[in-house]
Amino acid sequence: MSLDLFFQYLFAGITYGSIYAIVAIGFNIIYTTTGIINFAQGEFVMLGGMIAISLLEYLPLGYAIAAAVLITMAIGALIEMLFIRWLESPSVLRMIIITIGISILLRESALHIWGESIRSLPYFYGNEITTFNLGSVHISPQVVWVIVACAVMMAGLSVFFRSTPIGREMRACAANRTAALLCGINTRNMVTLSFMLSAGIGALAGCVMSPITYTQYDSGTSLAIKGFTVAILGGLGNSLAAVAAGILLGIIEAFSVSVVPLAFQDAIAIAILLLILFVKPHGIFGSSEAARLKDF
Amino acid sequence: MKSSLSHWVRAGAVCCLLLGPALSPALAGTVKVGAIFAVTGPASFLGGPEARTAALVVEKINKAGGIGGDTIQLIVKDSAGSTEKAVSFAKQLIEEEKVVAIIGPSTSGESMAVKKVAEDGQTTLISCAAADVIVNPVARYVFKTPQKDSFAAQMIFEEMRRLKIDTVALASGNDGFGKAGKEQLEKLAPAFGITVAASETYDSKATDLSALVAKLKANAAIQAVINWSVVPAQAIIAKNMRQAGWRVPLFQSHGFGNIEYVRAAGAAAEGIVFPCGRLLVVDALPAGHPQKALLGQYKSEYEAAYKEEASAFGGYAYDAMNMVAAAVRQAGNDRAKVRDAVEGLKNFPGVGGMFTFSPEDHNGLTIDSFAMMTVRDGQFVLYQGK
Repeated sequence: MSLDLFFQYLFAGITYGSIYAIVAIGFNIIYTTTGIINFAQGEFVMLGGMIAISLLEYLPLGYAIAAAVLITMAIGALIEMLFIRWLESPSVLRMIIITIGISILLRESALHIWGESIRSLPYFYGNEITTFNLGSVHISPQVVWVIVACAVMMAGLSVFFRSTPIGREMRACAANRTAALLCGINTRNMVTLSFMLSAGIGALAGCVMSPITYTQYDSGTSLAIKGFTVAILGGLGNSLAAVAAGILLGIIEAFSVSVVPLAFQDAIAIAILLLILFVKPHGIFGSSEAARLKDF
Repeated sequence: MKSSLSHWVRAGAVCCLLLGPALSPALAGTVKVGAIFAVTGPASFLGGPEARTAALVVEKINKAGGIGGDTIQLIVKDSAGSTEKAVSFAKQLIEEEKVVAIIGPSTSGESMAVKKVAEDGQTTLISCAAADVIVNPVARYVFKTPQKDSFAAQMIFEEMRRLKIDTVALASGNDGFGKAGKEQLEKLAPAFGITVAASETYDSKATDLSALVAKLKANAAIQAVINWSVVPAQAIIAKNMRQAGWRVPLFQSHGFGNIEYVRAAGAAAEGIVFPCGRLLVVDALPAGHPQKALLGQYKSEYEAAYKEEASAFGGYAYDAMNMVAAAVRQAGNDRAKVRDAVEGLKNFPGVGGMFTFSPEDHNGLTIDSFAMMTVRDGQFVLYQGK
């Protein structure tokens, strides 16, 4: 394999990987505060893209994206209040079924609102054929946007969870809900907040990736599977590990093209997921002790 | 308790018996036509326009007084692109709904699966999918309206010969359409003196093909790429090739005949060459062209009704629905006679071309039904060669 080809694969892998990582971070936020996996995460990504595309008729790109993120956050909050908030200590299985139901609901609503056609936001910089060269490797500027968005979200979240009072309260809520409640933390509001946060992150991801992957009413499902794989691979609840795992999976997928047909890409992701679940169920970066303290 | 329950059951049964004959006269004046389209799911690009077109055609016929006073009742089933669903819907339409004929399914994979159901149920099936294998070998009850994929492959290779291209790479989706196209291309290439240097398949839901493009680009012998699919990957491969700075010509199948893909690929779509029916370039056709009036009429009606561009896919359903209507008009509401009437259609003007069916040919089109097209300034135009 020539060096050029190697780097071209590497960048393709990093692009996929960053996209997976952002979706995985969304999974992690809700997981860390509530202990549940939100299978509607992929639909937040789709909604963000779709809403931004619709708003583009009335607003400039930047405002359309900001508005789409806010609207999706509101939808996230609404979903939590309607379906999750009033449940008294629901079981994990019940929550999973509920979130799967929500994901179907959102997908079908999107089909009715936007139809089945593919849409996309315009490239933030340049157009479909603009590239800049790094040595002999060609990179689309949108890839840089995805990677930057991923990095900024990571940094922002880590500051938020470590250094702000609300972030700490959310973490406390995740560690021990009863104890958090006794300390005067409104745990229900924290759960709502985590849904809003993860919806917002999903929506932003949906916007930055839309020019590359396009947005269609059902594009959330396959993203959710990849994002979930990555979240498990990194160890649930660990966002930094999710980024590493996401990029790792992306690179494996990209390089696998040189050996097997591209159609096997998903099979590779699922095979890795199964392998991790068998061998190291708490993720490659997770610790078994921490995992034992969680109910799921 | 027990006696009162059986009393109710008996009463219900009596009601049904009384209502049965009362309902049937209302149904006497209807001709049931089944339709199986992938209105949702990954092939919704095909099924959406097809279902809307079929509804439009039926509405028009019914408004004009139906067929000899009988109104057509179109029963559309959404297969979501799933073979299993398509098969069970076909059985339901044939056995329960007792339709006179079925139009669709949208995809080649579904059509191949439904083929046997139509044969067993002795019901005419006019498929809206492209693969050659649907009507080759000929099945008694199965027809199809889209042009054959072997014609498309021939058109592409002829153009390559003109451009002195002899080494190509193939990329295809892993769905029925992609697989059938890949087979045709690999079979026909040697006859045109063309070497297939690489042949790659991708998942039909693929969202990024840059790794595949990088792999193909590394092979310096490749002079052109042929992509064969119906999914958004058609726009993605164009983008990824141009982003990789790869300037070789990109040929696509007739699956590219949807302006949405051009819009999605933006600047990267410029210069893509593909064979397609003439609907896309109706305005550029000479005034005397036998299809011009019909194409213009379909395009304006569809666009007025649904506020979106008419695509070649909708045209497949337009032809299928009109064929069924023509056959019923000729033969009445009778499955066997309708089949014979469809097979007997000669010089039937359609969106896809002029159809002439025979017992040996259930596609009825010639290679002239295709024209080579390209994309210029975000629009489809007739390809004039280089």
